[in-house]
Amino acid sequence: MGKPDFHHALKIDRDVCIGCTHCMNICPTEAIRVRNGKAVLIDNRCVDCGFCYRVCPVNAIIVEQDDFNRIFEYKVRVALMPAVLTGQFPENVSLRQIHSELLALGFTHICEVEQGVELLYGVMMEYMEQQKGTRPLISAFCPAIVRLIQVRFPALVENLIHLKPPLDISALGFREQLIEEGYDGNDIGIFYITPCAAKIAAVKSPVGQIDSPITGVINMNFIFNKAYTRIRQEKGDSCIVPEMRQLTPRSLLWSLTGGESDHAPGRSLAIDEIHNVINFLEQLENEEMKDIDFLELRACDESCAGGVLTTANRFFTVERLRKLAEKLEFEVTAGKTGEVSRSGVSGEPPGSGVSGAAPGSGVSGAAPGSGGNGKPGKPGKSGVSGKPSGPGRHEDFLKKQMTISPIEPRSMLKLDDDMSEAMKKLKRVEEITKCLPDVDCAACGSPNCQAFAEDIVQGYAKINQCVFVQRIFENRGILSCEESLRIMKEVWGGDKLDKNC
Amino acid sequence: MYFEYEIEGGNFSRAGYASSEVKKRLRQLNVDMKVIKRVVVALYEAEVNVVAHAWRGKMRVDIDRDRIRLEIDDEGPGIPDIDKAMEEGYSTATPEVREMGFGAGMGLPNIKKNVDKLNITSEVGQGTKVEMVTYL
Ligand code: SF4
Ligand code: SF4
Repeated sequence: MGKPDFHHALKIDRDVCIGCTHCMNICPTEAIRVRNGKAVLIDNRCVDCGFCYRVCPVNAIIVEQDDFNRIFEYKVRVALMPAVLTGQFPENVSLRQIHSELLALGFTHICEVEQGVELLYGVMMEYMEQQKGTRPLISAFCPAIVRLIQVRFPALVENLIHLKPPLDISALGFREQLIEEGYDGNDIGIFYITPCAAKIAAVKSPVGQIDSPITGVINMNFIFNKAYTRIRQEKGDSCIVPEMRQLTPRSLLWSLTGGESDHAPGRSLAIDEIHNVINFLEQLENEEMKDIDFLELRACDESCAGGVLTTANRFFTVERLRKLAEKLEFEVTAGKTGEVSRSGVSGEPPGSGVSGAAPGSGVSGAAPGSGGNGKPGKPGKSGVSGKPSGPGRHEDFLKKQMTISPIEPRSMLKLDDDMSEAMKKLKRVEEITKCLPDVDCAACGSPNCQAFAEDIVQGYAKINQCVFVQRIFENRGILSCEESLRIMKEVWGGDKLDKNC
Repeated sequence: MYFEYEIEGGNFSRAGYASSEVKKRLRQLNVDMKVIKRVVVALYEAEVNVVAHAWRGKMRVDIDRDRIRLEIDDEGPGIPDIDKAMEEGYSTATPEVREMGFGAGMGLPNIKKNVDKLNITSEVGQGTKVEMVTYL
């Protein structure tokens, strides 16, 4: 059904799929159909939100990730870790312990994704000032939302804030810093530990950017399982962790619901969970909501804490990160710094694959352009420029690369490019809809009667796939029972209809 | 192409339903998204007016290649002074309706801004008819 314009991180394993329709029914963009008893993805509609992955009862939906061993192709192996990873672990596991586990797994450096937040924040404020005429401005933080707007709300594409997310900014900055420290760019591999499929898709085929500064992607649940097993078996605590510059409370909470909108100027709203977002945007399009300045929209419930590749309960994740932020806030106000990662250094490097963790190399490798400069007084608001160790050059370098090129609308709703053709098709859709029962049972292989009518007009389905229409036709004597059965087998495969009842 | 939708007076939880349906159709027809945006804003204002002021109404939409004709027809109290209602900020809505965020003026000036042609006729005690045309 059309040539894909997107790279997708979600794949359906046909051998495992049992054609149960759960994924088809939950998909917010109606991107799934069932054919021959298996779910099929319509590439141009899928926005990689991962809701299908969550509901599949047999794990037939796979989130593609890079082979972990790929990290060893690089001398410098950077783990780009989001705050949400910290939130996966119970509170009695220290941040230092988590970092130590990453090094034990084979990474040589750790860069926190949110290090780029303060720099982005400053640029974003300037951007909002410059774009006064466009309201509301919509954050481009969540890649599933960016794609959703492209395919379903094309008129809102121009409202997206055309700036890179913190992920890309941090990766660019860290790479730049390592090169400055004398590493060869070809030796540096930056691997992002992702909470979701949408971020993978965004790294593999970024929207509005030519390439991504990120080398590869590792799924968060993979890393968590490895690290947490070691911690539970008390094999952990064995690496010397480089001292990291602390995140500001604002940066730490950036990926959670309200993380952006709490700091946006003017009237701002935060909306999470993709179905909520769709409802809201529908309404936004009808009314002219000129008095909203900023919208933070996230595909997952509780934002990235609820990413499909997370393991912990999302509410606990939020709780842990909030507590951590409170602690940071307190320390900033009290004028202290560095407690979180400095405390409790113990153990020696085991001399295995953790070379870069030796003091002297990774130690400084923390934070280009971060805030958290420990200025007492205005917690959360300070640190926009964050120049404690004077990486002003990095900031200038990064600021130049902050914007992305125009995001293209790609409406999936049009029935045809040509309006006369589209009108003919719409008329047929209306006629077909009148024949359908409005039961939305999905037995035709499409998610609902309306989608089925459109599928017929587009040539992806035949009207006699509808079980109600079949009965009507059989009753009129224009369709035989055998023929109906054959049609159903085409949609559902043999097994579901060859039962001995 | 012709569509027709019923509008229920006094039920704000369904206000916007008809406009959303029209929006869906226009998107399917690949109408320029800037045009859709304007048409829908105008339609929504007009629909909410029916909900806020009238007892019931009908929205009729007629689309062909070069124009969209919209007609919203209600049975209601009518507008005594249309010229006055066209003034920015003029409102007859009750404070409760305004409280809900709906009644900040009848939005007629906003409708006018968003369509190419606007014609309003009204008879007090009978109803109001809002006709709009947008060229494609
Ligand atoms: S949820 Fe989708 S992919 Fe999983 S078994 Fe059901 S139809 Fe197949
Ligand atoms: S909210 Fe966060 S985890 Fe969920 S899809 Fe968006 S970026 Fe990914």
